[in-house]
Amino acid sequence: MFVLFCPHCGEKREEEEFGYGGEAFIPRPATPEALDDEAWGDYLFMRKNPKGWHWEMWSHNTGCRKFFVVKRNTATNAIAGSWTLAEGRKAYDAEGGST
Amino acid sequence: MSSYRVRRPGARVDFDKPLTFSFDGQAYDGFAGDTLASALLANGTRMLARSFKYGRPRGIIGTGPEEPNALMQIETGAHTIPNLKATQVELYDGLVARRTTGWPTLEFDLKSLGGLFSRFMPAGFYYKTFQNQKLWPKFEHIIRQAAGYGSAPSEPDPETYDHSHRHAQVVIVGGGASGLLAALLAGRAGLKVVLLDEQNECGGWLLSSPHSVIGGEQASAWLKSAVGELQSLPNVQVLTRTSAFALHDMNLVLAVEQLQDHLPIADRAAHQPRQRLHRIRAERVVLATGAIERPLVFGNNDVPGIMTASALTTYLNRYGVAVGKRILLQTSNDHVYQGAADLARAGCEVVLADTRTRINPAWEKRVRAAGVDVRTGFGIAYARGRRAVTGAQLVKLDAQRNVVVGSGPSIDCDALGSSGGLSPTVHLYCHDGGRPHWDEERLAFVVPEAGRAKSGIYGVGAVTGEFGLQNALEQTERITRELLSSLGKSAPTSSGNLKTDEPDATPARRIFRVPDGRAEGHGKKAFVDFQNDVSAADIHLAVRENYRSIEHIKRYTALGFGTDQGKLSNVNGFAIAADVLGKSIPEVGTTTYRPAYSPVTFGTLAGAHAGDTFEPRRYSPMQAAHVARGAEFEPVGQWLRPWYFPQTGEDLHAAVRRECLAARRGVGIMDASTLGKIDLRGKDVREFLNRVYANAWTQLAPGKCRYGLMLDENGMVMDDGVTACVADNHFLMTTTTGGAARVMTWLEKWHQTEWPDLDVYMTSVTDHWATAAVVGPKSRQVLAKICSDIDLSPSAFKFMDWREGTVAGVPARVFRISFSGELAFEVNVDANYGHHVWEALMDGGREFDITPYGTETMHVLRAEKGFIIVGQDTDGSMTPLDLDMAWAVGMKKPFSFIGKRSFARSDTAGPNRKQLVGLLTDDPQIVLAEGAQVIERADVTPPAAMLGHVTSSYYSPELGRSIALAVVRDGIARRSEDGHKSGRDLLYAYAGGKAHKVTVVSPVFVDPKGDRQNV
Amino acid sequence: MRKDYSSWSLFTKGLRHNEGWNPAWRSAEPKPSYDVVIVGAGGHGLATAYYLAKDHGVRNIAVLEKGYLGGGNTARNTTIVRSNYLWDEAALLYEHALKLWEGLTEDLNFNVMFSQRGVFNLGHTLQDMRDIERRVNANNLDGIDAMVLDAAEVKRRIPILNTSKSARYPVLGASFQPRGGVARHDAVAWGFARAASKYGVDIIENCEVTGMDIANGRIAGLETTRGTIRSERVGCVASGHSSVLAKMAGIRMPIESHPLQAFVSESMKPVLDTVVMSNAVHGYASQSDKGELVIGAGIDHYTSYTQRGSPHIIEHTAAAILELFPMFSRARMNRQWGGIVDTTPDACPIISKTKVKGLYFNCGWGTGGFKATPGSGNVFAHTIARDDPHPLNRAFDLARFSTGHLIDEHGAAGVAH
Repeated sequence: MFVLFCPHCGEKREEEEFGYGGEAFIPRPATPEALDDEAWGDYLFMRKNPKGWHWEMWSHNTGCRKFFVVKRNTATNAIAGSWTLAEGRKAYDAEGGST
Repeated sequence: MSSYRVRRPGARVDFDKPLTFSFDGQAYDGFAGDTLASALLANGTRMLARSFKYGRPRGIIGTGPEEPNALMQIETGAHTIPNLKATQVELYDGLVARRTTGWPTLEFDLKSLGGLFSRFMPAGFYYKTFQNQKLWPKFEHIIRQAAGYGSAPSEPDPETYDHSHRHAQVVIVGGGASGLLAALLAGRAGLKVVLLDEQNECGGWLLSSPHSVIGGEQASAWLKSAVGELQSLPNVQVLTRTSAFALHDMNLVLAVEQLQDHLPIADRAAHQPRQRLHRIRAERVVLATGAIERPLVFGNNDVPGIMTASALTTYLNRYGVAVGKRILLQTSNDHVYQGAADLARAGCEVVLADTRTRINPAWEKRVRAAGVDVRTGFGIAYARGRRAVTGAQLVKLDAQRNVVVGSGPSIDCDALGSSGGLSPTVHLYCHDGGRPHWDEERLAFVVPEAGRAKSGIYGVGAVTGEFGLQNALEQTERITRELLSSLGKSAPTSSGNLKTDEPDATPARRIFRVPDGRAEGHGKKAFVDFQNDVSAADIHLAVRENYRSIEHIKRYTALGFGTDQGKLSNVNGFAIAADVLGKSIPEVGTTTYRPAYSPVTFGTLAGAHAGDTFEPRRYSPMQAAHVARGAEFEPVGQWLRPWYFPQTGEDLHAAVRRECLAARRGVGIMDASTLGKIDLRGKDVREFLNRVYANAWTQLAPGKCRYGLMLDENGMVMDDGVTACVADNHFLMTTTTGGAARVMTWLEKWHQTEWPDLDVYMTSVTDHWATAAVVGPKSRQVLAKICSDIDLSPSAFKFMDWREGTVAGVPARVFRISFSGELAFEVNVDANYGHHVWEALMDGGREFDITPYGTETMHVLRAEKGFIIVGQDTDGSMTPLDLDMAWAVGMKKPFSFIGKRSFARSDTAGPNRKQLVGLLTDDPQIVLAEGAQVIERADVTPPAAMLGHVTSSYYSPELGRSIALAVVRDGIARRSEDGHKSGRDLLYAYAGGKAHKVTVVSPVFVDPKGDRQNV
Repeated sequence: MRKDYSSWSLFTKGLRHNEGWNPAWRSAEPKPSYDVVIVGAGGHGLATAYYLAKDHGVRNIAVLEKGYLGGGNTARNTTIVRSNYLWDEAALLYEHALKLWEGLTEDLNFNVMFSQRGVFNLGHTLQDMRDIERRVNANNLDGIDAMVLDAAEVKRRIPILNTSKSARYPVLGASFQPRGGVARHDAVAWGFARAASKYGVDIIENCEVTGMDIANGRIAGLETTRGTIRSERVGCVASGHSSVLAKMAGIRMPIESHPLQAFVSESMKPVLDTVVMSNAVHGYASQSDKGELVIGAGIDHYTSYTQRGSPHIIEHTAAAILELFPMFSRARMNRQWGGIVDTTPDACPIISKTKVKGLYFNCGWGTGGFKATPGSGNVFAHTIARDDPHPLNRAFDLARFSTGHLIDEHGAAGVAH
């Protein structure tokens, strides 16, 4: 059971306060109709699911109810940091958007 | 006092407080401070269990959670507890204990007959036989009857449990010498400290060696002053009888505190929980969990009266029980020497066989002075005795290799203790991914002293392999100072003189299995794991059969699977496996340590979440009104909603019939407060709704409402409800009762992650409003009686309009919407006025015979109209088009709303999808089962192809016949009224072995044109 | 195959101090190439190899395992076997498995202790009961044994169950599959390993796949920690690690790997002689032959490969079990553990060819993997041997995530089991 830092509340809180939001940075295609079925299916269902560092979203359900980004290692449960969505995007891009 | 009692100075039993207890129906005496185990030993009881597989006589081996044999059924009736270890049961007056093994009696156990054939029952024998699947249930029945220890209670638990959540700067696990010193240093530095110890008092091994010396004073005195100082520090909390059983990610320590189990049942405080689960989140964790002595493995090492050497010492010094008069000790190391001297000084005749040829001269001198007969270079080939040990046959060992080089004496004894070294209690360290290190010098898996300092986990004392008291204390001081500095603190003063009187240690002999001069499997059984009857030969067999991974060996033999979790057996098992495999112990490795360190009561895990407080019940503000009218309730999500309102003598069907007819022909009233409500504000709410709903919202004017279908991105219906436009930038959305929280999170996710540029603010207002739906042709008249400031006339207040006004003197929003197809008004008021307005509506409706109705009637009324219930008529595989609800999909909206793209996929857009239809049975009195399967032919011989299933089915009082909704493959094209009289509309509905003929029709059974709701 | 495990062999070898037993399976060194390589020596992988050899005549097979065989989810589940799934596709696949279970002990000459003690799925709400009715009727029409029981009948069959009307979620009834039950999980892996080994299958433990050699859209071999192994047919059956393997082949998977926890009580005298599952209160329980209550918890909502989950899940499950069986309150949890479940969007597995010729995946079993073991191996062996799916796994291909032809089993798969 983790302790997560909510960048909006500025506090560390127990995992039970949060909801898991899945893989971060899967942008919705701007024009879904332009995608073929396979590309649409990829957006809908395909996930990186890495064993190692994972950029993911959590929402502070019983706190501010805001989504934020966490970089967590799925092999160890180590946490590298928490960011707001916008700041997290910058950190993610700075890494080259890789996992 | 029994002849086994010895008045030892420093013993922790109070000889002035005698107690009585019973074991297997026989009365015994003991003293306050005894455990059940020490009291039984003091009474001369040796055999108190039979072994799991072979029915061999077994006695007490240890003194704590490592005990494998003495599993007891404590107390009777509702208070009974299975499988407590006698070594951990604090004695109280009147305690009732029973054995958990031995059938029909302890003296004669049926399994012991099987034990005679034990050579035919090696590890894993059951995999190799009983291979007839038809006969297996019979074999299995016999196996099951023979297995198991204690019995579960047969009554609900009369005691309660709770949870405590806390934060600490330093949690110290273990209140032995090292843990106490760490707590003192951290406590003096002003840190918030929690010290946990599983026993009834702190002290650990010091309680078993009260005459050791620390800094020039007796250990007992040092202990007293340490505990006294800790108790005086306000920032330190000492929790005894508290077992830390798990260490989870990020330094979360879980511990169980026993609050009442040590008290006679009559003395327990009814308002206090029996046990409390502490969840402690700590900045630093200090593992001072000590070590447990492991026995040596030798022939017949399971005969009652054979223990660990440290257990003999503990029973003597702590409990004042000399387990035997003539004691044989066998060791590979120095740890037993102090105990040997103590036993001899207490009047026992002691022979100490040391497997080493070179022993510690200082210790030798001390024990010889006490009268101990020391024999070096000998090991025990096998013990004698069956129900109690009577002696042992020694053999001469080679000085280096573990082989027999000659015969030895046969020695008589009535108690036998062995020590193969100490096994650090590394369990917690490993729970969250840590791995112990093998220390070849100390012959132990240890926690590295720096632990995982980066994560804030430290080890001190014996758990790190520092088995000597002085070394352990000095190390503890050093490590604790490091810990303090990591928190920006320093220990204010020196901890003083930590010198002890221990001689320097002599290396231990690397021996686990004492050889008997015979090939493994040929001599007497030598047990590694007592609880699971795993012998050294079983480990050899496992390896022979290619179960070579330590996990395979463990699983094939059941090594370490017992309730002692292998505390005595694991290292011996790993070492024997390593020898057979020709590998080193670290190459073999350990199995994974998993919580719980020692067993945890289910009730404690559940805490207060049991019985009535298992999960909250949510009630509408009108709950009291429903109870007063005798409603039956139905759980819907967390809510309890009125299901129906039976009058005297009515069953469900009669009540629903009456309620339905009232709503259709007069007036009914229903509590709709539980529907989810979300208040949306901001200039972009319309656009937001356009994106998250299938429908279009651009044109909805203030004062108007619209029904919306919400889809997931997969194009499937996930929720529905009516949304009202309050003002151009203000909307009120309703959701299904069960879906409220899910929808709220869903909307927030889309807004925050994809469309943060949209100006939208969402607030859940489900609990803020109470809603009474007044339904039926006379609903306008009822409302008119208590609402004068809204023009209710059909022309002024149209269907799908809403108005603000005053109802029963209370500000209200009234919606002219209908889930029944009748003229209806949904009155929304502040939740605090809900009950008042409900009663006002009942009063106003009395002359019209207003009839409260529940969810069942609601379901019938809506099914008559073909209105869906999401989750009942849909199952996550239905698009709006499958539901024939294209009218609720705005395909022309500029924004590609959530789910839209998925419609175009080949399968979703393809033919032959399941679609919502109505079904009518040939026999109008037959009500199909909800969940009946729709098939093409009356022949139900499997495999029969299924076209769909009945989602809703009721008797319609309005129509005087049964109706059903179903999803059916290509159903819309099969409907009779569409002119398809080709026979494709004639199908069968199958349930419970019967197939009923049905006709596929439109799902709208009543008022297909929708005139009634518009009057 | 010679049946060398029997009461007679136990007797004769027992007379000779059990020294005459042979290795249950042969540990092999990797050869340079194989006709088929299976990645993952769990129950499914070993079963695949066994049926490839037995039914399809493929002899030159290797099964690679990064740890020890049967050490993944095979060793970490709660051993429930049943086939009462909702949709035809899933139900028929699991029923295929159940039929194989019924002959597995004799087929493998290894007692997998398949105990058909019946499985109850409790209903606590009216909607639960509708779903139960729907599923049971579908099962019956598919030829699968299943029945709907009312609360009184459930109570008669499980007297210790709390069927009080005042329970938070009162039991309204149940579905019951008499042929369902439990089996001994380790024995399944060992039994398949032994039987496959007898057909000459190479079982190679401590051999982790680190890369895939793919050229012109075809698989040519694998890089492993024990060297390069050539093979033009590779079947990946690596449960929780499937996404990791798929990435090596440049394939994206609709899988998320979550912790799934379980725990056992101390061993007690027989008190529960069937399997009881409840989606509404999120818990399920059976009692092992050894006397331990085996209890499954819900899935942790985050992804993780750590094989451990959060304790609040265990606490909630304990509460759920006490809701069903208040008398277990004073029983004690002995041990808890976690596995990795690879969940898919429709709670159904993927048994599929891929865009890489000769590379096949069998994964995404979520909580339902153990019960499918022989069936999964059987149809996967067919898929690999013929380069064409078996009729029973045709619907479980990867393409369904593009076409939208999902098989939504969330209702029947429900909580972990």
